[in-house]
Parts: sequence; C-alpha cells; structure tokens
Amino acid sequence: MSANKEDKYSILLPTYNERENLPIIVWLLVKHLKCDYEIIIIDDGSPDNTLEVAKQLQGIYGEKKIVLRPREKKLGLGTAYVHGIKHATGNFIIIMDADLSHHPKFIPQFIEKQKGGDYDIVSGTRYIGNGGVFGWDLKRKVISRGANFLTQILLRPGASDLTGSFRLYRKDVLEKMVNACVSKGYVFQMEMIIRARQLGYSIGEVPISFVDRVYGESKLGGNEIIQFAKGLLYLFATT
Amino acid sequence: MIPKLFQWLLAGGAFVALWVGLILGYLDSDINDSTKDVILFLPVFVIVGFAIYSVTVICYKTATFNDCVEASKELQQDIKDATEDLKSKGFKFD
Repeated sequence: MSANKEDKYSILLPTYNERENLPIIVWLLVKHLKCDYEIIIIDDGSPDNTLEVAKQLQGIYGEKKIVLRPREKKLGLGTAYVHGIKHATGNFIIIMDADLSHHPKFIPQFIEKQKGGDYDIVSGTRYIGNGGVFGWDLKRKVISRGANFLTQILLRPGASDLTGSFRLYRKDVLEKMVNACVSKGYVFQMEMIIRARQLGYSIGEVPISFVDRVYGESKLGGNEIIQFAKGLLYLFATT
Repeated sequence: MIPKLFQWLLAGGAFVALWVGLILGYLDSDINDSTKDVILFLPVFVIVGFAIYSVTVICYKTATFNDCVEASKELQQDIKDATEDLKSKGFKFD
C-alpha cells in the first residue's frame, strides 16, 4: 500500500456488548493496516463491560492507536458517529461493525480504491463481484435481494449496497452528511448514501464478504422489514 | 432535483394520459383495430412484463449470491491466531 504521508485514517468502532469480538477486531485491524491510523472505540455503557476489554487493548497497543471515547448509555448509531468524528484526528474515517461481520482485510482495498478514483466515499458491497455473505439461509437471501432490487428501482442510488455499513469517508464529507441525515438506526445507512449522491459526492465500491455469525433469523425480524419499508418510502418521497 | 416519487407520478401520469387519450379516441390516430387491442391491454402487459422481469432478476441474483465459506473459515483461523497472540501479549480473556 502506497499510503500518502499526510493521510490518516480514523476507524470508528461503535460497540455495545462486544466483549468477545472487540479484541479480535482490534487485533485484525492492527494486522492489516499499514498506514497511519487510530481506532476510536465508542462504547455505549455495555453491561458486559466491553470498556474494560477496550482498556486492556489500549494497554497493549498504546493510547495513540486505541482511543476510548465511551458514552454513558446507548444513544444510537448516528450520534455515535457524530461523537466519534468530533474526536477523530484523521482526514479519512472508516466506519464498520465491531461484530466481526466486517473483516479489516478489506480496508487496504478501500484505501486503494479511494486513491485510485479520488472518491469521497468508498462503500463495501455484498452485492457485486466477489462480494457475498456467509450464514444466510435461502429465505434471508431472497428477502435481501428483493429489498435491494426494490431499492435500486425506486431510488436509483448509484451504489449497490445501501444497507451495509462498512464504508470509508473523507472526514469533511462525513461531517456534512451526518448533519444532513435525519433517519435513525438501520435506515441511517441508506440515507447516507442517497444524500451523498444528492450532494454530488463520488462513491466507489469494493466487494466484501459479510460473515454473519448470528445464525437463523434473529437479526431479520418483522420489525426490521417494517423499518426498511418506512425508510425506503421516506427516501422515495423526499429525495 | 425533484423527488423520485414525483418523477414516477409524472411519468406514470403521462403514460396514463396518453393511454386514455388513445383508448377514448381523443387523440386522433390512424391505427388499425388490432393495434388498438394491444393498446387497450398495454398497462397489463407492462405490469406483467415488469413482474416477470423482477422475479427473474431476484431469482438470478439470489442463485448467484456468493456463499463466503472460505471467508468464514479464514475468520475462524483469525480468531484462533488473535486469541493466541493477544494472550502472549498479556491480554486476559474471560
């Protein structure tokens, strides 16, 4: 990786009960990142004391690499990003889930892609090229593909994966977008990409493998489908 | 740019206006009767055609959705390696 000397990457890791996954994800980040970076852990008062684990990791890798910015209680993803951005010192920000479904090995590819096309945003995608998922049954795949098809038809977003949350942003772009987005939770990811297009930002894509370690349908309940439908309609009517 | 909803309403409205105009003869045209039958059922053709297209695309994409078995195996190995290495660095697992 030919990292530009001035470029620094801040990885935002919002955590909630990730005591088991956090050490692994941090270890993998350290292994795969050869550039200038910092890992900002935003723990929302996890009952399993994820913060204690984060402190141990800080002891091993140092306060420069591991930055702890905990919050008292669970306040939602959007505000976690705002909180993280405030403390980020990099000019690029990488957002990913801390549950190991997003593998840090893709980050060098994100960085390369960004440099190659001078993109404002690079989004990981499960839906093109070598991208894919692990741990999804047929039903879940059909729902996911159906939802994605509907989204592409209705919103024409110019990006293939709207609900994924493994992305790299220019810091100033992310700042502007977080302020432009009003949705919460799941729909937030969709709105970010749609608004990005609206504001004229360029989006590059990198295929990723999404390893879902939670088997079954626990993560795709009726509630999530309703949330998705609402979000889709909201964006359809307003953007 | 106008919202997607209104883009659809505009395009849909234009289509319906044109269709109604042709069916009711408001628009003067020298099309023959068999073509008129086609026009009469045009909305049905469009909807059925789009439905077939949608189902085909979704089925195809579902069938070709990659199963990342290798990635999962790799992650299991990563977890082992990370655990060992972190222990050697003094990290205390539960």
